[in-house]
Amino acid sequence: MPRTDVLIIGAGLAGQRAALAAASAGASVAILSKVHPVRSHSVAAAGGINAALNPGDTWESHAYDTVKGSDYLGDQDAIEIMCRAAPDEILWLEHAGVTFHRGDGGVLGTRAFGGASAARTFYVADITGQAILHVLYEQLMRHHAQVDRYEEWFTTQLLRDDDGRCSGAIARDIRSGHLDAFDAKAVILASGGAGQVFKPTTNALICTGDGIAQAYRIGAPLMDMEMVQYHPTTLAENGFLITEGARGEGAQLFNARGERFMERYAPNKLELASRDVVSRAEQTEIDEGRGFPDGTIALDITKVPRKRTLEALREIVNIGRDFAGVDITREPIHIKPGMHYMMGGVQTDVHGRTGVPGLYAAGEVACVSVHGGNRLGANSLLDTLIFGRRAGEHAAEHALGRAHPHAPAALLRDAQAEIDAVIAREPAPGARRLSQIKDELGTTMNRYVAVYRDAAGLASALGVVRRLQEEAPRAAIDDKGAIFNQDVLAAFELSYMLDVAEAIVIAAQQRRESRGAQFRTDFPSRDDTRWLHHITVSRNGQAEPAIGTAPVTITHWEPQERTY
Amino acid sequence: MAEYTLRLRRYDPNRHEPPYWQRFAVQLDPHRSVLEAILTARGEQDGSIGIRCSCRAAICGSCGVRVNGRAALACNTHLDRAAATGLHPDGRTITVEPMGNMPVIKDLIVDMDAVHWKKIRRVTPWLLNKQPVPEREYLVEHAAMVDVTQTMACIQCGACVSDCLSLEVDPEFVGPAASAKAYRFVGDPRDAEQDERLRDLAEDEHGIYDCTHCFACIDACPKGVAPMSQIMRLRRMAGVEHQIVDRNNGERHEEAFTTLVHDYGLLHEAELLPRSYGGNSWFGKFHPAAALELVESLPAIAKAVAHGKVKPRQALLGHRLPRRDLAAVQTIFDVVEGRAREEMTR
Repeated sequence: MPRTDVLIIGAGLAGQRAALAAASAGASVAILSKVHPVRSHSVAAAGGINAALNPGDTWESHAYDTVKGSDYLGDQDAIEIMCRAAPDEILWLEHAGVTFHRGDGGVLGTRAFGGASAARTFYVADITGQAILHVLYEQLMRHHAQVDRYEEWFTTQLLRDDDGRCSGAIARDIRSGHLDAFDAKAVILASGGAGQVFKPTTNALICTGDGIAQAYRIGAPLMDMEMVQYHPTTLAENGFLITEGARGEGAQLFNARGERFMERYAPNKLELASRDVVSRAEQTEIDEGRGFPDGTIALDITKVPRKRTLEALREIVNIGRDFAGVDITREPIHIKPGMHYMMGGVQTDVHGRTGVPGLYAAGEVACVSVHGGNRLGANSLLDTLIFGRRAGEHAAEHALGRAHPHAPAALLRDAQAEIDAVIAREPAPGARRLSQIKDELGTTMNRYVAVYRDAAGLASALGVVRRLQEEAPRAAIDDKGAIFNQDVLAAFELSYMLDVAEAIVIAAQQRRESRGAQFRTDFPSRDDTRWLHHITVSRNGQAEPAIGTAPVTITHWEPQERTY
Repeated sequence: MAEYTLRLRRYDPNRHEPPYWQRFAVQLDPHRSVLEAILTARGEQDGSIGIRCSCRAAICGSCGVRVNGRAALACNTHLDRAAATGLHPDGRTITVEPMGNMPVIKDLIVDMDAVHWKKIRRVTPWLLNKQPVPEREYLVEHAAMVDVTQTMACIQCGACVSDCLSLEVDPEFVGPAASAKAYRFVGDPRDAEQDERLRDLAEDEHGIYDCTHCFACIDACPKGVAPMSQIMRLRRMAGVEHQIVDRNNGERHEEAFTTLVHDYGLLHEAELLPRSYGGNSWFGKFHPAAALELVESLPAIAKAVAHGKVKPRQALLGHRLPRRDLAAVQTIFDVVEGRAREEMTR
């Protein structure tokens, strides 16, 4: 039964950054991840990371862009913290070994990104997430004496003690099937988003909302769950991401008539308007018949000099070649908006504290909220690092001087019995397979809870989710073994995804206005008098989720009309 | 849509039975990936099929497997191409097995930690900062960052480790992935211990001179990291720039090898050993170290002669190539070395 001051669940950028911060604050740390840390989905972040570090750039400008990008739903105190801390974080990464792109004289260079009033995105070709994730893992290996790594351990539930404090978690060693209870004075959730709730999505297969659902189940409120980002440039068939860096480097969007339609939607920023704006523009073109027959728009990267594309966008050269059969340096590639990111998640304060004492969250699993209604490109890596570090530091401090909790043995026995019962599930008459249920969930969410939404569609979506929640516990498990039983994990993941889907749909129904990523065709305008607040969803042991509100913190920037 | 047959190598560690082959028929478009085919089989037919996978887009490095006998990522191998390279006469059967050189845990899942990650940890895989650490960023050339970013592009999938022929013979070999990782620091101007790193890898008898230059890792790498090229660069930096003459004679052996092929057009076996140990010229054989090594190697030489691998007459007198062919070999040297110089000065 491992016991540590701080237990971190998830080993992407937020989790690894939290681990390093907590360890350097003197805490004993265990970091647990259902995949090897370098497989975490942070690896897929392509374009870069924002910071006002160039001479002449200011944190205020970065913060204002972020506030405006959020459609004024972001909390300005949190945004200020993030933008002020960004330059030092970039330098910390550079010193740790990240091979950032250089400009003249060997100084750090930047590229332009959407919704930003200055070129402030630092990058490593178009593998920025990978480059940072691998460097953080280098640091984890370096600090192996302070940080215990549990690689390929799957968390099945969070624990609460008699006082209601989060006191650890139960997890399964995927390799052996051994189940163990982890006692911890503080737990940091850093287990990422829930893209797999949608199909297609840019997100990896592992992004199944585990942490969001686990926190939801022990009573932590979720916030901004209706805010689901559709990225403007994804491949139609499989949802793969074409980085915003392409447009940052000068690529342009065209409809089937050859019109550069962004001139009509965002005359100043064009392709580099906020993602919600560009995705809506594309969807409108497609819906009104100006897209290509396969329901897509053309992204023309040939506008970028070929040499530059091969150096700075080489990953999407590969993706174009391998997954779409297109040489992007010579011809346009067909794209459309696709599910990409959850602005919402487990509600936290600026220290990462959730609604459950002792439980922290950081990264995509969390909602601070710095992204509000719409996240700016290259702000997510920043969010993971800044709030990962802050959660790590605060949790370490919180753990000092506290007594170690101890999970009763009965808890572990119950958890083991639960898993055994799932593994024992045999095919039942009329019961569908896990993959069929997951598929229906994904296509339903993508149909009704996408760029454009309305009451009827959301009601349909909720109906499907409720039906699938009934059905999922009957799906058979084929794998009866202990070692690397991925089948039983898929059953857990599906139940997490259904919880997350429920929260998303309920929040989207509740917000009867259009703001950021939430566009209601039945309530097409933003309504600051009624809806300038966060929506929370919580399920504290009750069957029916409770809907609440939380105020938006406004410090310097009063809401204005939003144009690009 | 087309129908493909996946021929999967299955192994269930929960049962004490040897691995076996199992076929799954799947219907998918030809440009879909081998991973999608495996996941389709898992979703529709058998949920117990084991494979690591996550991103589906060749960036997370989870799904390294062997497709038709060669290491690849399942996610970026198209079904039509895989079926074409499969040796099955029906043209639609694709053989998928776990990667090589690593113990199998279950089905297509191998123990990366026991081999791949252990070797990565062997090369001190973190930056040892040049002091003093500047207040702002280190000022370094754009080209230097682009250069090490090629090895940062490594996604740690293990494909090169799987297909490395040297590892098959010497499991202790540091291997292609860890060597590329080492270059990522040796080539980084912010690292303080380039010399120590090079010396460590050159002096280790399972280090950079253990590579036999077979190109298998370059073929296997899905990300263009070209691990063998990084090993060759490490060797050049060790030998030429840092003048490290390793105790295993790796550096001198390589020198002798290339000089002989350059001068004779083919390897001159009898000259190789004396030159590697006695000095890279015709006089090398008179050095005491060469004589000692020669005596120690006699059993191996006798075995090679007995098996017909070496013909005594040719070995002693050297191969004689027509003058035109010899000139062609030397032209190859000029072209390759010219390119290498270009690379070094890039």
